[in-house]
Amino acid sequence: MTLFERWHIDKSLFTALAILAAVSLVVLYSASGESLGFALGDAARLAIGFVVMIAIAQIPPETYRRWSVPAFVIGVVGLAAVLGIGVVRFGARRWVALGPLSIQPSEFMKLLVPMVLSWFFSRSHLPPRLGRIIAAALILLVPVLLIAKEPDLGTALVVLLSGVIVLFLAGIGWRTIATVLMMGAAAAPVLWAHMHHYQRQRIYILFHPQADPLGAGYHAIQAMIAVGSGGLFGQGWLNSSQAHLHFLPDSTTDFAFAVFCQEFGLFGNLALLGLYLFIVYRGLRIAFAAQDSYSRLLAGSLSILFFFDVFINMGMVAGILPVVGVPLPLLSYGGTSLIIIMAGLGVLMSIYSHRRLVN
Amino acid sequence: MPIIPLKDHSQELRLFESRVLVATVFGVLLILGLITRLGYLQVVKHRYYATLAQDNRVSPVPITPARGLILDRNGVVLADDFPVFTLQVTPDQVPNMKRLLAKLRRLVALNAQDIRDFQRRLAQHKPFQSVTLRAHLSEAEAARVAVNLTRLTGATLHAQLRRYYPLGGLATAAIGYVSRITQTELQGHNADRYVGYREIGQMGIEKSYQNELMGRIGYKDVEMDARGRAVKVLKRILPHAGHNLYLNIDAQMQAIGEQMLNNRPGTVVALNPRTGAVLTFISSPIYDPNPFVEGIREKAYEALATNPDGPLDNRALNGLYPPGSTIKPFYAYAALQAPWFHPHKHIICPGYYHLPHSTHLFHCWRPLGMGRVDLKSAIERSCDVYFYRLAVKQGINRMTRYLADFGFGHRTGIDLPGEYRGLVPTQAWIKASGRPWYPGQTVITGIGQGPLLVTPLQLADAVATIANHGIRMRPEVVRGIVNPVTHHVRFRKPHAYPALPRRRKNSLKRLIRDMTQVVEGPRGTARGIAYDLPYKVAGKTGTAQLWSMVPGYKGQHIRSDALFIAFAPVNHPRIAIAVVVEHAGFGALAAAPIARALMNFYLLGHVHVRPQNQSRPEIAQARTTP
Repeated sequence: MTLFERWHIDKSLFTALAILAAVSLVVLYSASGESLGFALGDAARLAIGFVVMIAIAQIPPETYRRWSVPAFVIGVVGLAAVLGIGVVRFGARRWVALGPLSIQPSEFMKLLVPMVLSWFFSRSHLPPRLGRIIAAALILLVPVLLIAKEPDLGTALVVLLSGVIVLFLAGIGWRTIATVLMMGAAAAPVLWAHMHHYQRQRIYILFHPQADPLGAGYHAIQAMIAVGSGGLFGQGWLNSSQAHLHFLPDSTTDFAFAVFCQEFGLFGNLALLGLYLFIVYRGLRIAFAAQDSYSRLLAGSLSILFFFDVFINMGMVAGILPVVGVPLPLLSYGGTSLIIIMAGLGVLMSIYSHRRLVN
Repeated sequence: MPIIPLKDHSQELRLFESRVLVATVFGVLLILGLITRLGYLQVVKHRYYATLAQDNRVSPVPITPARGLILDRNGVVLADDFPVFTLQVTPDQVPNMKRLLAKLRRLVALNAQDIRDFQRRLAQHKPFQSVTLRAHLSEAEAARVAVNLTRLTGATLHAQLRRYYPLGGLATAAIGYVSRITQTELQGHNADRYVGYREIGQMGIEKSYQNELMGRIGYKDVEMDARGRAVKVLKRILPHAGHNLYLNIDAQMQAIGEQMLNNRPGTVVALNPRTGAVLTFISSPIYDPNPFVEGIREKAYEALATNPDGPLDNRALNGLYPPGSTIKPFYAYAALQAPWFHPHKHIICPGYYHLPHSTHLFHCWRPLGMGRVDLKSAIERSCDVYFYRLAVKQGINRMTRYLADFGFGHRTGIDLPGEYRGLVPTQAWIKASGRPWYPGQTVITGIGQGPLLVTPLQLADAVATIANHGIRMRPEVVRGIVNPVTHHVRFRKPHAYPALPRRRKNSLKRLIRDMTQVVEGPRGTARGIAYDLPYKVAGKTGTAQLWSMVPGYKGQHIRSDALFIAFAPVNHPRIAIAVVVEHAGFGALAAAPIARALMNFYLLGHVHVRPQNQSRPEIAQARTTP
């Protein structure tokens, strides 16, 4: 029994994550204007993330299955509490203060929604019948609407996505999918009418970034300049003029990938993308090897959600998706979101390493 | 047998696999789209975006406002701004660095050291950051570079305003100076306020009126070309120039005082007793603040800091001196409040005093004694024995309680930063010190020795309070704040502390009469300055004995500090003054003539001196034309 096996750690997953963590340190050191203190803070944050991941991997998936529903209920109560007593920051009520900590319950939903829906579907035959699908959709809509009310449209959409992935993996019929898509298309104008001005602005800017180069289009344009000026091989480490001359906003958080693009170019991007895709591939392998439908659904949905986290952030930086506040897993500086990502990966490891070796 | 809904595991797995397969195909399409997009940006449009990153930099450039001027009460400029030119080079815009340097060498003086420093800085900065090649270009050099700028790709010329103190060390104790903002000063709440500023007030008026002097920063959004030169200004928010400050200080009077002190350690504070206006604020020796503006060289600073006379100490504000006999009128004031005290009652001064049941003798400054003295003659002749007895009779608590009426032991509230409180051995202080208080200490405190410490500013404010019949004014260095655009003047209102009760005020009349005797009386200790005075002066001399703290000489008597406090004219006081000259012996000889010269200048407009004693004032006259 090797050390990795004893601690329920998946070796290849762990290696890939360690490389990503190192990349994060390198990129954020540059993006923060070569602040060693910032890099040390990042290192501490990553260390905590790894500890959380390993700790979660120790607990067998059976335990998670049993705790799925109570945890989800607590999460929903937390979301309701945010609307009631939450702290307003940057114009949105997203945080709830717990002593010195401020917690964003909406982030936890990225983990709790797949858990509760996996639990829900694992209790019956798959593919599910229409009644169960509607029930699941209702369960899913509760947190999504609560988050959208904060307002935090980006996270609400990601949570919705996480639930949809579970529904999809559970095997809902193609006819149902087609119906929902058509209904969605029909509802889009209504939704558009109910969006906040800045949210509409962001979608509009996606198609016309030059319309407001110093206002709403600023993020998108500066990110594209950073990406494009990177070229094939990049400008080299610590030479991202976009970050160092403060043209690129949020260069350590949501737009860290833009700094990476300018410094390491297209080849660097492909390597980084490869690393992320390897993690997704590894997660899906774990899902295939899972021994019960709860673990399988959970592992599959977490892996695919991880993929979407990566894709949404990179797409936003590259200018094919609107600017939504979704950080790049591990690479971006951020507290709660990193912990949630690492916890999800810990669940994956737990599912893989707690297989019963009978047969 | 009931039908148990058995889960078909292999069927569920197949379903799952097919769904993941669909998702994978979808994911691969998304990734291909992303890679296509990245490739489009980074390969096809690379040149376009690289030019954008390089060329079209719209950057906000701060426009630093001129710092407000500081002028004396007559409009003499004490702190000014003048432009300095800096030559900078942005390396990644220079096609050929060697050729550029060769060209520049023909236009400005560049020695080998400049080039070496430049190379060192180059290595420390990124290629897109501009690096200083030479600072402080002369106007001719700046003009030559400016004319040739189009042929000097990569070189830029920056003009900045820098603080300058045209009169050198004049009144540095009050004005202070500015210096470069350091990183630590930029921390926290200051970070945003000082963006674009280079200088920040470090001491004195420059510090306490930083907000008024700094004005408000302006911005322009500048579109830069690939050479880092401004192509056009897109938007401009003009800065607001800092407000000018008119001081109460009279530069000429200040110069006379500084010249008479002649860099001996000492201090002079002169106030208008009715308004608290600070007319003169001297801490000698003086030093030139100009080197501090750009950052003083280590050696020069070392020389100032290790100078035994301590030019960097602000003696007027932070000097803690035993007041010596100048404190006697204030103890007399305390005694006058007591029903048992009779100012006309005589005592016999035998030249010494001892406590009952003690053999230790406390001497009078006149070894043979003064004979019969009452309060009037005790102040006029500064009899120590009279005040020894008065101190023992009053007790330390009563003596110190009344000192608060004149602001001793408290900050005066002057508009300068870092003022000291001094030390009054009140009951609370004695308790906190944890040491026993001996009766002998009460005796020596009675003549201004012992633990009692005052700042010269407090002393001046206290004597001004006597002159103003018990209304203590807050000293004010700044007279008015002038908006340089509208010329609107905001005068600082004189601020009076709560007046003394009427009964206490009445006792001041007697004190003023007695203090007038110090100068006018036949046996007054300061009668030496009374010649030819067309106005009446009230004053009090003091000589504070000092004991060395230097190891090896510890406890030995060293030369005393000379003190003098005065105000004039007695009936309608317009000036109150406190003078301290360190290690100068008798207050009447060393300190009083300085006070006389300044009062003469202020009240009569000239320094009137005896013909045979003209060396110092003559220099003073020469210095006073600014």
